[in-house]
Amino acid sequence: MKLTEIKELLDAEVITGANRLEDDFQEVCSADLMSDVLAFATPGTILVTGLTNVQSVITAHVAEVGAIIYIRGKHPEEDAIKLAKQKNLPLLASPLSMFEACGRLYAKGLKSGSNTPK
Amino acid sequence: MEDEVLFFQEFSIMGKDFSNAGTVSTQIKAILKEIGFDPVIVRRAAIAAYEAEMNVVMYADRGVVRLRVTPHKINIELEDEGQGIEDIELAMQEGYSTATPEMREMGFGAGMGLPNIKRNSDEFEITSERGKGTRLNIVINAR
Repeated sequence: MKLTEIKELLDAEVITGANRLEDDFQEVCSADLMSDVLAFATPGTILVTGLTNVQSVITAHVAEVGAIIYIRGKHPEEDAIKLAKQKNLPLLASPLSMFEACGRLYAKGLKSGSNTPK
Repeated sequence: MEDEVLFFQEFSIMGKDFSNAGTVSTQIKAILKEIGFDPVIVRRAAIAAYEAEMNVVMYADRGVVRLRVTPHKINIELEDEGQGIEDIELAMQEGYSTATPEMREMGFGAGMGLPNIKRNSDEFEITSERGKGTRLNIVINAR
């Protein structure tokens, strides 16, 4: 699903990465704990999170997450935005809850971007 | 020459310096990518380095990271000065954590750090002395 469609689906605002709205995503991972992202996220996944500090962007960069969607109307902090611009990482902000955001993405056929142990 | 060192760099990390946390591992990631390692290998090394760096920032006073690259191996060695780990076996268990609420607010302290470093390493050694510090040796095979 293209990022531009995801933006519409989640009523989201694009904070950085407007040049990457045509990028296609197949997987979604949701977490507020960055160690869980580092442990379980698959490369290229979208990350849905409520953690807005710079660590969210560093974690995404290190784990090769393809885009971050901040939920619950939260906006990333300034240093997070600055780093995301440097790394050309798309950041979006949605007013939806984590459940609602993930539910809409799941209903559209996106798959789990999380290799959790069974 | 199997053990020829292609690249060596030493980095320092300050404990409690949350605003710079992650800068060493992002540099390491960029260096390994530049050298031309497989992206899967680069990602594993970057994840291990980042978790280890966060541990130094969260728990130690200061630390040193040595990145040594040979044609066949990436070696990341970390030595910190600080409180050390009382029970390494316990600290290696997933979910065990001594994190403070401040660390959890940063998105860390889920008790996944050390197990996650081990999972991304081909060789992993940890030694620690209570009240002095901790040493990690991480090796990731290039192929």
